[in-house]
Amino acid sequence: MSVELGHFALVLALALALVQAIVPLVGARIGSSSLMRVGEPVTITGFALVSVAFAALVLAYLQSDFSVVNVWENSHSAKPLLFKITGTWGNHEGSMLLWVLILAFFGALVAAFGQNLPPTLKANVLAVQGLIASAFLLFILFTSNPFMRLEPAPIEGQDLNPILQDIGLAVHPPLLYLGYVGFSVSFSFAVAALIDGRMDAAWARWVRPWTLAAWAFLTGGIAMGSYWAYYELGWGGFWFWDPVENASLMPWLAGTALLHSAIVMEKRSALKIWTVLLAILTFSLSLLGTFLVRSGVLTSVHSFATDPARGVFILAILVFFIGGALTLFAVRAASLAPGGLFHPISREGALVLNNLFLTTATATVLIGTLYPLLIEAISDNKISVGAPFFNLTFIPLFLPLLVAVPFGPLLAWKRGDLAGAFQRLQFAFWAAGATAIAGYFLIDRASAVAALGLGLGIWLIVGALTDLALKSGLGKVGVAVALRRLTGLPLSIFGTCLGHAGLGLSVLGIVSVTALQAEHILTMQPGQSTEISGYTVQFQNLRPFTGQNYTEEQAQFAAGTVRGGSLGEIVSSKRLYTARGMPTTEAGIKTIGLSQLYISIGDQTPSGLVVRIWWKPFVTLIWIGALVMMAGGFISLMDRRLRVGAPARRKAAALAGEAKS
Amino acid sequence: MAFLALAAGLTFYALGQQTSYFYMPADLLARAAVAGERIRLGGLVQKGSIERSEGTHVRFVVEDSENEVPVVYDGILPDLFREEQGVVIEGVVGADGIFVADTVLAKHDETYMPREVADRLKQEGLWQEE
Repeated sequence: MSVELGHFALVLALALALVQAIVPLVGARIGSSSLMRVGEPVTITGFALVSVAFAALVLAYLQSDFSVVNVWENSHSAKPLLFKITGTWGNHEGSMLLWVLILAFFGALVAAFGQNLPPTLKANVLAVQGLIASAFLLFILFTSNPFMRLEPAPIEGQDLNPILQDIGLAVHPPLLYLGYVGFSVSFSFAVAALIDGRMDAAWARWVRPWTLAAWAFLTGGIAMGSYWAYYELGWGGFWFWDPVENASLMPWLAGTALLHSAIVMEKRSALKIWTVLLAILTFSLSLLGTFLVRSGVLTSVHSFATDPARGVFILAILVFFIGGALTLFAVRAASLAPGGLFHPISREGALVLNNLFLTTATATVLIGTLYPLLIEAISDNKISVGAPFFNLTFIPLFLPLLVAVPFGPLLAWKRGDLAGAFQRLQFAFWAAGATAIAGYFLIDRASAVAALGLGLGIWLIVGALTDLALKSGLGKVGVAVALRRLTGLPLSIFGTCLGHAGLGLSVLGIVSVTALQAEHILTMQPGQSTEISGYTVQFQNLRPFTGQNYTEEQAQFAAGTVRGGSLGEIVSSKRLYTARGMPTTEAGIKTIGLSQLYISIGDQTPSGLVVRIWWKPFVTLIWIGALVMMAGGFISLMDRRLRVGAPARRKAAALAGEAKS
Repeated sequence: MAFLALAAGLTFYALGQQTSYFYMPADLLARAAVAGERIRLGGLVQKGSIERSEGTHVRFVVEDSENEVPVVYDGILPDLFREEQGVVIEGVVGADGIFVADTVLAKHDETYMPREVADRLKQEGLWQEE
């Protein structure tokens, strides 16, 4: 019953989304405020309906209702409770429903908290959101309906893919979608401004917090996905340049560019046209990512069952929104007057440079991801573009950007002083240099490139802190005064600092693990031990273990230091999920400080158990850095000045005061 | 502009250098891969061909309907690596015709098969619907 209710709610949500797409837009064209006001209640009700549909599906999973095809295909009565819930979006249909739920959520946020938006802008934004929601609701209802019934109902389900039976599924997709779909708001604002043919600095002030929130979520989502793949797939890699990873990296790069260009637009009214274009491109890349993952044109761990009809449908959505928005852009962009002028060496100049590098890097990832599809379409040859391509293009393009990052916040608006900025970064420069030199001479195996990479990470971190130190006047005034000034600084300055320092931490982690990790593959007999980078690993025994819905062979290892200290036990296993008869490798990981010992086991051979051991120095910094970046985004979001409409509210209060007197 | 030209140049260079072609064993009959060229090879693991030698060294044969290629690999095989199952390996063919694999990819789950392999098996009529 509740399943039919959910299905019905979804159909109603589609009807409302169509109303939301058309009525406010018409209202804005003919200047009817009553029609424009329709947008708010309709958007909020639409969100409520999609929530009902989503709740109905979750309930079907909780009750293991195998009369629902989707539940039967992806669940099992013996599955632990958490995975019954998260399994809701561990499949194509459910994940699309989550996508639309988040889309409706963001629409409702704009409707509920955008009181200070000019009415026509708000009406247009809600209409564009409604249009996107309509397209995806149609997609779900016609090609990916999660509420299909099965007659007669099977007694047992087929279980969820074991790789997805992990806490990662609870965190990674929702965060990622909050990011992907969050950019739809920036997109809607951009299209709305183009429809209106009008945009000003206030527009940027409204767009920036949405972009910032989406960016922070996407950062967290990508990082969690990376960590999940790292420990779950048992290969010990944190990034594979898999097409689906690229699909999430592209909107992140474009979104990072958008974040920075929106600052220029807000503060200096410059780069308007560019910012609008970036807002369109960022969400277009999110849509492209959805297409790549959901259509099955590319294979990866993320491709669920593929169906050509779905691919064509999403492609149509893609063409409609990207093509439509870019056409509108071509027609209307000229009417947006360009704003403030600036010298190339200035804060604006630095941010333009940032945008140039980020968009070029995005383009290389895009080419690398789509090139195999293109070649296959025109020549029938199948090729793969892997890590070597991206290492050769993306990294050289990204390095100069990383070097330039600390300069940006130290340059003044309009006309900056590069020599002065460099002078103020002296400390960071020497710290980075010292790190590189020390790294080169003190660490075995460190190549010159690796040493420079470590220096680059320190340069970013110390450079970001330098900005804080300078703004608080540390060194010029007493420590107490500096501290007081520091706490008085706007939160967005801390956000910038954390964003840039987090990037530095990630760089440190990536360089360190790429250049300095050690790997042993060997066969081991019980009792045998081996040494790796100053640690000892002793294989103790293999014992069977039975979990709730799997059986496994657990290999126990004792970890210690070469000097004889004990670090406890590491358990690595080969697991067999009984429902699907599918084996998985569960890596054993021991975190030591910021580094990790990583063990995965292979088959039993006559000479012993095949064991693969890695020493991953500072590997956790990769994800810690991303979390710091994410925190920077949220702290920046809490800045008073960024809060939507804060100035307008003050103005309104002032007007009210005048009216009284 | 110079920067964009540089980026474009780098991209084209890398596309020329760093992409690897996908082959089935039959393709290697028609065109012997240049020794040392990095390729991806897809096919089925021949029944009874998996041979473990000392330590972590493994030998097996990848086949399709027309040809078979001996492979050596040193490392941990993926969970779903089995006889008569689809597999994609990456590496180089040595002068002796033996494929030295550095990466072995098997199906991720019961319903997943590398698409390139699935397409070709369907063409050759070897595909079995499960």
